[in-house]
Amino acid sequence: MFLRRSFNWPTRNYPSSFSELTQLKNQMDQLFEGLSGTAPTTGAGVFPLINVTENQDAYRIRAELPGIKAGELDITVTGKSLSIAGERKISEETDGARYHRRERESGSFRRMVSLPGPVDADKVEAGCANGVLTLVLPKSEEAKPRQIAVK
Amino acid sequence: MAETTQALQAQEKRAMSSPAETTRSGVTFTPAVDIFETETAITLLADMPGVISENLDIDLRENTLTLEGDVASPEGSDEVAIFREYPVGKYFRQFTLSEVIDQEKIDASLKDGVLRLNLPKVEKATPRKVTVSAG
Repeated sequence: MFLRRSFNWPTRNYPSSFSELTQLKNQMDQLFEGLSGTAPTTGAGVFPLINVTENQDAYRIRAELPGIKAGELDITVTGKSLSIAGERKISEETDGARYHRRERESGSFRRMVSLPGPVDADKVEAGCANGVLTLVLPKSEEAKPRQIAVK
Repeated sequence: MAETTQALQAQEKRAMSSPAETTRSGVTFTPAVDIFETETAITLLADMPGVISENLDIDLRENTLTLEGDVASPEGSDEVAIFREYPVGKYFRQFTLSEVIDQEKIDASLKDGVLRLNLPKVEKATPRKVTVSAG
């Protein structure tokens, strides 16, 4: 570091090797987190990853699906389970494009999620905004918390 | 592509350490990108779900292209997490460009969480075929 700074040497290769090390460290950390059971365990091959939250009235399920429109998704609710299916297409660029990087992936997916509680299947709403799918699943009446007045 | 029906695998978002310490806490992720080059331009596609155009910063200075996208958590204050499989945070990625880019003609669009950035090369950098006439 000292040499590099004082002689104004080309610095191109230094950051990349450092960031590779950092990446490796992060990967190792993730591996050990997985072993100790602190990280949320996701089944292999499950797409998309989801976050589930709840408030008094509804459950909300969110998933990051960049490049997919709401209309291209097939979402069904049956009883206590929800299924999200679709396909992510990445159109091939034509006329002699040379690829430098291809990290984005395409393919079809289907995911079944068991819901944490009974929902009102008729009132489920789905919306996609900026590549994030949000499902609002209103809790069914009997599942909502009820205040009981003490006489 | 012939294998469009292959099943998508969930990819863990790649967290990165910030180039400099940030004043705000939070995780920074590296967006997945496709970069391809034609004779006239370099095009970059980046998956940045959750980013809106107002929060996306694209900066080209000398040869360094910086993408920075801020993501606000979509969750309301009354929502309680039941389980989380992916974290939400800002995106950051930097590239060094070898070609000379025509800064005036850079074109960026953000649609459904995918950024498409078109970086046209300057005229003189585009190769021109010279035909040699036999004398």
